[in-house]
Amino acid sequence: MDELLEILEELHPEVDFNTCTRLVDDKIIDSFDIVTIITEVNNTFDVAIPAEEIIPENFNSAQALYALIERLEEEG
Amino acid sequence: MQLTNILEYLEKTAPEVPDKVAYASEEYSVTFSEVYRNSRAIGSFLAARGYYREPVVVFMYKQPATVVSFYGVVYAGCAYVPIDEEMPKHRIELIFENLKPRAVICDERTKPMVEAFEFGFDGEVFTYAEMVKTEPDDEALAHIRSEQIDVDPIYMVFTSGSTGVPKGVAACHRSVIDYIENLTDVLGITRDTVFGNQTPLYFDACLKELYSTIKYGATTWLIPHNLFMFPIKLVEFLNEHKINTLCWVVSALTMISAFKTFDKVKPLYLHTIAFGSEVFPIKQFNLWKDTLPEAKFINLYGPTEGTGMCCFYRADRRFEEDEVIPIGGPFHNTEILLLKDDNTLAAQGEEGELCIRGTSVTLGYYNNPEKTAECFVQNPLNTHYPEIIYRTGDIAKRNERGELIFVSRKDYQIKHMGHRIELGEIEAVVNRFDEIKICCCIFDDEKKKIVLYYVGEIDKPALVTRMKEKLPRYMLPNVTEKLEQMPFTANGKIDRTGLKKSYIAGRK
Repeated sequence: MDELLEILEELHPEVDFNTCTRLVDDKIIDSFDIVTIITEVNNTFDVAIPAEEIIPENFNSAQALYALIERLEEEG
Repeated sequence: MQLTNILEYLEKTAPEVPDKVAYASEEYSVTFSEVYRNSRAIGSFLAARGYYREPVVVFMYKQPATVVSFYGVVYAGCAYVPIDEEMPKHRIELIFENLKPRAVICDERTKPMVEAFEFGFDGEVFTYAEMVKTEPDDEALAHIRSEQIDVDPIYMVFTSGSTGVPKGVAACHRSVIDYIENLTDVLGITRDTVFGNQTPLYFDACLKELYSTIKYGATTWLIPHNLFMFPIKLVEFLNEHKINTLCWVVSALTMISAFKTFDKVKPLYLHTIAFGSEVFPIKQFNLWKDTLPEAKFINLYGPTEGTGMCCFYRADRRFEEDEVIPIGGPFHNTEILLLKDDNTLAAQGEEGELCIRGTSVTLGYYNNPEKTAECFVQNPLNTHYPEIIYRTGDIAKRNERGELIFVSRKDYQIKHMGHRIELGEIEAVVNRFDEIKICCCIFDDEKKKIVLYYVGEIDKPALVTRMKEKLPRYMLPNVTEKLEQMPFTANGKIDRTGLKKSYIAGRK
């Protein structure tokens, strides 16, 4: 989780990713951020987030995104 | 008779397809007869209040009624200036300082935002809903039309300025007609065209869809901005609405192709894909080409000052990874000059500054003669009579087939997610903060990141929060780094090359 927070905080140092659960809904992250996050997650965790998982629910909070990474790691 | 007013497209088309949908969003749609009736109502409303030959700001969220307001302003003999709810207030203030507008058209959502402008806008604020209640005044509109000529401006759109002040590019009927006639010819637009609009309405990029739609009686879907983060939903949207034609920035197209979206869902109706504003990574282009082998792919190139796009290239084959898709050649009735530093023409293979000659050259920057004089200049090859060309600041060359190839920029302007950005504008804004001693912006071309280095008494989160208040979303640096001191070159300038090198070395 710390590694993921590092990726997110690099993109948006002004956001508290421990508490925010409306990253997409409140337009805090945009499409550039999503592309960057997917690329960085791939580099750091060695998981490829497939297109069908690129949905708002998986990107609205750091927790949701981390849960997705864990699930993909298990499936991997 | 010769076409001299952009509204003639609408006046010809509306009686032919009155009940067809012209513009649609997820919430609602407007038919051609509604566009015609309501834009004339807005024109009459403004005319009755004495607005004429002046800028009128349209500050509405992205929806079909926004487009109707644009045409309404033109009916009044005025020029529309689109402003977006996502623009930071500071930028809006700079734009208002430049325009000194007397009126703003709002919707219910943006009206409170205008009333809360701290800089104190003292002009009139109208809502779309109240304006369209006006009964169109045929006589007044006919009178206005009789006084209009095709070099009268129809819009001002604001683009990034290196000193921190955005520049308003003014364009006239004649330039937009010239552009739409030639663009629609190249793209093969017909009445069956269904556009999926991606670009914001506050840039010239949306001219392609808006005016092609009224010229042909086509339909434009305004795609919700949010969908451009979610590739599968986006393709499903295209299929649901049978969208067959796209004019998108490259980053919106690669968002779909890069995540193997085509393995799950394919666009079913797309047959024409125009792209531009950035270099298309060949791997991604080939994914599109392989998925839609029958579709037409067209690379478009052009600055706002040249009324949108001025060059095109039919990308009708796959490309090798080491190739670059050319920007091709100019539209009919436009000439491109490649001028070397000594103002002579570059030979084949030689690099030169890409300069535009023709009707597509816009009127210049509104209320800004200094900036206008810098790049709207006398054609140096013509010493016999006045002839203005636009110097783009883009360096290009011609390949062995005579096709134009984009090489680089002369200055610190970059293209990021389809937006044109002056790195100097970001620096100018940040340097104005009291806590900042000095800052410098670089662009990581490979990873497409804007990187800001600064020295000052403020931590990163606080600085990013401050920047969000002053800069549009797309101009926010993607990486912000605090330094103890700024590196300088021997002759006292910020060492940009060194910063860029150390940044790129650091990320590897």
